[in-house]
Amino acid sequence: MTWDAVIIGAGHNGLVTAGYLARAGMKVCVVEKNDWIGGAAVSRELFSGFTYSNCSYVSSLFRPEIMRDLELPKHGLQILPYEGGAVMMQDGGHLGMFRDHDANRREFARHSPRDAEAYDRYARDVLRHCRFIRPLLLRTPPDPSSFRPRDLAELAWLGKRMFALSEAQMYDMIRFWTMSISDFLDEYFEHPTIKAYQAVASIIGTALGPMSPGTAYVLLHHAMGDVDGNVGAWGFARGGMGAITRALAASLRAAGGEIRTGSGVAKIAVRGGRTTGVVLDNGDEIAGRRVISNMDVKRTFLGHVDEAELPGDFVKRVRAFKTRGSSGKLNIALDAAPKFTALPEGAPFIKGDLHFTDSIERMERAYDDWKAGHFSRDPFQDVMIPTMIDPTMTPPGKHFMSCFVQYAPPKIEGQDWTDADRDAFAKTCIDQIESYAPGFRDLILHMEVRTPRELEAEVGLTEGNIFQGELTFDQLLFNRPVPGYAQYRSPIRDLWICGSSTHPGGGVMGAPGRNAAAEILRDAKMPVKEMSDAYAIP
Amino acid sequence: MKVEPRLHFHMPLQRTPFHARTSAANVLNQWGNWSGYTTALVFEDEAMEYSAIRNAASLYDLCPMVKYRFTGPDAAACLDRLTLRAASRLSVGGVHYTAWCDDAGKFLDDGTLFRLGPEDFRLCCQERHLPWLIDSALGFDVRVREETEEVAALSLQGPCSAVVLQAAGFDVSALKPFRMMSLPFGDGTLLISRTGFTGDLGYELWTTPDQALRLWDHLTVAGRPWGIRPVGSSALNLARIEAGFVITNMDFIAAHQAVREDRTRSPIEMALDWMIDWDKGHFNGRRALLAEREGKTSRWAFVGLDVPGNVPATGAVIYAGKTKEAGFVTAAEWLPTAKRNVALAHIERKYLKSDLWADIYALRELQYARLMLPVTVTERPFFNPARKRATPPGRF
Repeated sequence: MTWDAVIIGAGHNGLVTAGYLARAGMKVCVVEKNDWIGGAAVSRELFSGFTYSNCSYVSSLFRPEIMRDLELPKHGLQILPYEGGAVMMQDGGHLGMFRDHDANRREFARHSPRDAEAYDRYARDVLRHCRFIRPLLLRTPPDPSSFRPRDLAELAWLGKRMFALSEAQMYDMIRFWTMSISDFLDEYFEHPTIKAYQAVASIIGTALGPMSPGTAYVLLHHAMGDVDGNVGAWGFARGGMGAITRALAASLRAAGGEIRTGSGVAKIAVRGGRTTGVVLDNGDEIAGRRVISNMDVKRTFLGHVDEAELPGDFVKRVRAFKTRGSSGKLNIALDAAPKFTALPEGAPFIKGDLHFTDSIERMERAYDDWKAGHFSRDPFQDVMIPTMIDPTMTPPGKHFMSCFVQYAPPKIEGQDWTDADRDAFAKTCIDQIESYAPGFRDLILHMEVRTPRELEAEVGLTEGNIFQGELTFDQLLFNRPVPGYAQYRSPIRDLWICGSSTHPGGGVMGAPGRNAAAEILRDAKMPVKEMSDAYAIP
Repeated sequence: MKVEPRLHFHMPLQRTPFHARTSAANVLNQWGNWSGYTTALVFEDEAMEYSAIRNAASLYDLCPMVKYRFTGPDAAACLDRLTLRAASRLSVGGVHYTAWCDDAGKFLDDGTLFRLGPEDFRLCCQERHLPWLIDSALGFDVRVREETEEVAALSLQGPCSAVVLQAAGFDVSALKPFRMMSLPFGDGTLLISRTGFTGDLGYELWTTPDQALRLWDHLTVAGRPWGIRPVGSSALNLARIEAGFVITNMDFIAAHQAVREDRTRSPIEMALDWMIDWDKGHFNGRRALLAEREGKTSRWAFVGLDVPGNVPATGAVIYAGKTKEAGFVTAAEWLPTAKRNVALAHIERKYLKSDLWADIYALRELQYARLMLPVTVTERPFFNPARKRATPPGRF
């Protein structure tokens, strides 16, 4: 049979696209190379009784419009807000972050009375930038070189929004999109640890340091999500991040879609400039009227399409698309909750994100190691213990700890990662945690260590880049992934891309998948129904 | 009552130095969050508490109000630069109501400025501005610090408030409105200013936290013959609407917190241009305000409205000619003393001369009755008794 749509990869975006297409009446088949689904929104039980969030580990960006359209709550999805966070300081102190405004102020005041009262203005400005960008998330970026009415209308809409800003705001906006997070924070705060906490969201997943221009925008990318309308808030998916893709898969199956696991795509079949389906690693051929790749743009076009079928300029630009890996991950099963000496007993922020990097400078030094082709000797870690809130992931009293680690380069001094490198990387991270929580090492029951090598080999992320391409301004909007191909299309007729390499980028957001589905349906002249308008607050 | 600073999360809302007394008096256990402090909304009965403000004497815990201290040779010059009025012309022992703007001439906050000495000022306000105040002090020889927790303050308001102070041994008969006096009290000092937020005869008493409970007890005993009682924020809010006062982030959004740019207001739009001292030299926002005044570019007018009937126009949208949206209400009450139904509202200037209507939703037994009522712009304050100004104050 010939499917209406063959989707390569059962990651969250692939499943979102598949879900919308199936609901619109297409016959949809998702193929997945692993024996399990989820891509980087995956939960696996690698140690008996313990569920991990193996890759992505928190949720905020995932669009509520998608949850509602695809009825994910009905299929078991629950997003739980979490509580604040903390930075443990080298002098034994700590900086907590709280959900409550005044609690935050009092906490900041312990470190800097001035900074305590700077937060309102900082939050206002970040929110202003968010409000500008958020409405772009669920729209296909216009092609500025095109004269199609839709592109012109979209450009006009964008221009109108820009010119609705005051002059001062326009300056601020343009500065913000291009500046470093370190410079941005200097305009508001003076205390190094307060700045270090705020800077976290601007380096995550990005092969740049906090002093690199362009990192301020990355902060925004992490701040424009919401949990139940609380913009900037983050939460856990109950049952691990795999719960999101499990719900998406259930929703897809309920709409008649099919998912085939266990064999990846060897080749995307192209005949006469148009795709006809895929050939799997196991030799099976799956015929499709259109193929939609959830793989990143490099893996799609440099690995699975005959390059001779593509314009040379396109290939060159795809090669130049930055997908530099910057992070690793430790997933740890713990016999008991760790005790961090810097954190007071009973503090709520143990249920949030925990960090050890207490200054921007330390963060930048960690990046220096990456530039030299090595993982950071004093890494930045985003540590979370979701089982402080989620009772479903481990046996009672036991815990799952997720450590996102930065920086880890795609290659070690130009050479592929070896098992010895991976073990040394894990030891560096564990030693760091141990120094803030003596006795931690003895609590470890099982540990999964993932460097860019594992992320590429298992999840398929080129160079281990978690966003399928860096989120710097030169790679966003109509330039994502490459100019002229930002509308989920490719040079090959009926071959589409729907992953995080496309607008609006990475994170478990689902927006690329939804936008791609909208374009595909429009192209197929099928009604874009069961796709609610983007929620907007005036 | 305090917790170790690093353990503040055990007590997410701070308690004021009067908490031991206010919590004992709060038999209804109705509390609210005012700037991070636990504060009583109502102690026993809102109507009786309001009545104490207008009839007898009332005690209100002012501690959560944010306080800043400006000290140094350039303190007055710095405040001239920061605020709309001329702080340098405020004499020692004087108080004035003032406001300040950002560089775009948009309203940041209003408050009271106390000149405690030639080079010593206290600024009391609703919101927090320390970075803005420090930045505004650049180039001035002045020290700016936040001192909210170092001061315990009570507001004693009502026609009997002077008598109560007299009975407490504090002779305030010569104290004029917006003046203050200092006297020894307990192991410290007590500062009494003839100020308040009720539009009535009243005083505010300022001391250190260690003297707080002694002060409360002393006033409570002295005021007993006049029916002194603690009042909560609900009763005070009614009194302040009657007096026509505005509250930051209730009647306008502080510019530093306004996410939507069009939500900001200038002092001209807030009808506070009377306080702008155009001749004192440069101050924050002066250029923008001058341009607004000369270009007549003010978009909004903040006004008092007379509303027919007795249903408060809470949250009402104001229409011009019943059809065009012209503004909105930020506060509305039936005023028990003035016997008027009024509202505070933002109206677009171009509609000020139109016939204005308030679209009021009155909840009656679970259903909204919709009232479209003609409203008229009226003078503030809505209630302005002579006893507020008389010196020496009348006996009641």
